[in-house]
Amino acid sequence: MSTASARLHEQFDTSRQQLKASKLGMWTFLATEVLLFGALFCVYSYYRFAFPQGFALGSKHTDVVLGTIETAVLLTSSLTMALAIRAIRLAQRRAAVMLLLITAAFGLSFLGIHAGEYVHEWREHLFPGHRFNDSLRAVNGTEMFFTLYYVMTGLHALHVTIGFCVLLVLAVLTWRGRYSPTYFTPVELGGLYWHLVDIVWIFLFPLFYLVSRT
Amino acid sequence: MSNPSVRTLRLYLLVWLALMMLVALTVASAYVKLGSFNLVASLLISAAKTALVMTLYMELRREHGTVIVFAITGFCWLALMIAPTVADIATR
Amino acid sequence: MSSYLSDGVTLRSWLVTSDHKRIAILFSIAITAFFFVGGLAATLIRIELATPQGDVVSADTYNKLFTLHGIVMVWFFLIPSIPTTLGNFLLPIMIGARDLAFPRLNLASFYIYVAGGIFTVACVIAGGVDTGWTFYTPYSTMFSNSYVLLAAAGVFVVGFSSIFTGLNFIVTVHTMRAPGMKWFRLPLFVWAIYSTSIVMVLATPVLAMVLVLIAIERIAGIGFFDPALGGDPILFQHLFWFYSHPAVYIMVLPAMGVVSEIITCFARKKIFGYTFMVYAIAAIGVIGFLVWGHHMFVSGQSMYSGLVFSLLSFLVAVPSAIKVFNWTATLYKGSISFEAPMIYALGFVGLFLIGGLTGLFLAAAAVDVHLTQTYFVVAHFHYIMVGGAVMAYLGGIHYWWPKITGRLYHERIAQIAAALMFFGFNLTFFPQFVLGYLGMPRRYHEYADRFQMLNVLSSSGAVILALAYVAPLLYLTWSLFRGERAPADPWKAKGLEWTIASPPPTHNFAQPPLVSGKPYDYSPEAQ
Repeated sequence: MSTASARLHEQFDTSRQQLKASKLGMWTFLATEVLLFGALFCVYSYYRFAFPQGFALGSKHTDVVLGTIETAVLLTSSLTMALAIRAIRLAQRRAAVMLLLITAAFGLSFLGIHAGEYVHEWREHLFPGHRFNDSLRAVNGTEMFFTLYYVMTGLHALHVTIGFCVLLVLAVLTWRGRYSPTYFTPVELGGLYWHLVDIVWIFLFPLFYLVSRT
Repeated sequence: MSNPSVRTLRLYLLVWLALMMLVALTVASAYVKLGSFNLVASLLISAAKTALVMTLYMELRREHGTVIVFAITGFCWLALMIAPTVADIATR
Repeated sequence: MSSYLSDGVTLRSWLVTSDHKRIAILFSIAITAFFFVGGLAATLIRIELATPQGDVVSADTYNKLFTLHGIVMVWFFLIPSIPTTLGNFLLPIMIGARDLAFPRLNLASFYIYVAGGIFTVACVIAGGVDTGWTFYTPYSTMFSNSYVLLAAAGVFVVGFSSIFTGLNFIVTVHTMRAPGMKWFRLPLFVWAIYSTSIVMVLATPVLAMVLVLIAIERIAGIGFFDPALGGDPILFQHLFWFYSHPAVYIMVLPAMGVVSEIITCFARKKIFGYTFMVYAIAAIGVIGFLVWGHHMFVSGQSMYSGLVFSLLSFLVAVPSAIKVFNWTATLYKGSISFEAPMIYALGFVGLFLIGGLTGLFLAAAAVDVHLTQTYFVVAHFHYIMVGGAVMAYLGGIHYWWPKITGRLYHERIAQIAAALMFFGFNLTFFPQFVLGYLGMPRRYHEYADRFQMLNVLSSSGAVILALAYVAPLLYLTWSLFRGERAPADPWKAKGLEWTIASPPPTHNFAQPPLVSGKPYDYSPEAQ
């Protein structure tokens, strides 16, 4: 691996200061993402309180097997992301590139499975609007459940997609020797973003797929 | 490992295993009739997974206090938003 | 002598600059332009309200005017004003740094602001939006035939400008303080901007999301807030005000920071109770997040929620009051002089006091039931936002004008303009307290005959106020070309910004300053 080091931007005095600033900046950005998704979790909480039966019924119509697989896929992608950073620290460039690509592949398969779910749900008349299943609509809150389901998982999928693109870019730059054990800040920051996307799903999964399975 | 900042492969895999077990637990608990405790249980399990990912994968364990405060603040503020809002509809 | 102003004279060097000082100037031009757009809307409103009949514009047009006024003044003037101009310019210098932590993100913040502005102007040109700046559902989602989506897009985009600026400031204060610049040696302006930045970062994403939800409901017809689909319009208000109440602290905290800097200088005295001032800034920022339901007392929210929000709203007044007491105590036995910045700062203290106290009237739910949606509310928030924030902004512009431009403005004219503004402001807005008390509702283009005299007083005041706003535009611009050259420290003030040249060199400091003393190291006797 190269011995690349950070180009010290002129506003900083030391590399250490620059790294500290980059990390704090990323964590601040992650806090904004928590609040962004959080607004939707707030809407969810409000309506789940108002419509417990509707949410339970809606949840029964989600595919718990696919949801569980998606969860496992994303959690595993967090493992490979962490291992990718470890590989860079050990100057194992090839392993790092492989792990970044595997992480990206997990992200892509998550999206693929999810798309499959959406297609199936479209056919089952589970999209809100005039096509929505009438017998389900009769239970208050079921349509709201699905409205939230598509908006929240959709926003999440958008973030996975962005993360996927970031991972590909990082993989290419790692392959080109841009990073080294003494400088890999962008990979670290990309990792933080990816883990947050995983954390959002960690909460989405039980809230949509496991409301009531008894 | 000569570099003390590099964690062992074993640690990362153990975290992954713990996460998988927690997924299994959360799915299993959904099939047990616990009433409103089902929600509490699944949120607690999700919180545990989050804590694992944040401390060990996002490396909060080796960051100093300021970073940890930054990391937690978003979630705290979320609680400050959700609690009064749900309290409104709950007490109407 | 080379300065940041002479360091590159092409338009390109300004448009792709990463220098926080130049970006501050870019922002100040943009927000000034929007101020006058919002002011134009206000002018038309006050012309309409000079007579009881709705005879100048139609009701629909009037709705669009007050909506435009609110959207532009809140998001394109007040929220960015002090942070992106004075904050951008002074924050790095006050902590002894060469620039912000992320200079290119700073420039991006500016262009994102411009993009948001373009959406908003497009909305106006297309025909405007009539929902009120508050976008309440179900009107905004289901019934308004105006350009809601364009307006929402403009606000959504400019919100990210806010978030990135806040992020930049937070990281800068944490990581780029000069040696010896400990947290409790920071000027109060820095603390104020820091607290504001935290509020920006934590509140604005919620606004972004709620605007997306409005857009989804409008475009796809699937409802979050539509009662027919089980939705609750009150939920919209919770989400909207969760951001928009802290937003008012985004607007006022920086103003408080400016006032602390000015009062200490022109009373030649250190701030009374520095530590409490810091804790008050923090407390306002935090408690400010817990009071949003006081905008919703009559919305249909739970009575118990109303009770708790009312109590917390009384609580949030305490740190603000502490600040007012401490400014007053700072003045006591000070060596006071009345340059223009000081007139603005003292004006702030008095007008913020009235605005704040009337806020307590509104915080009492039983009183709010009568005063809500009347001109009492309009007067209350204009006392804080215009009598407070705008005057502090202008005070700050005058105070730091020599530092930013290297020129001195004409003091006598500025003092007269400041006094005129104070008078014009009170004539415009004090009658509105009485109007509200008498029952005149807000957001109507016509009113009952008995309200006319007070409305005429208000509109007359608005004429004077408008003149007082145009005056600085003229004499400050004049000073850029003909003003006397300013020394490094024309006010004999304390603070790192006064130790470097006026205007400063591009990188602020030749080497990082070593800070050892406390802030506001004034002593009246020594002058």
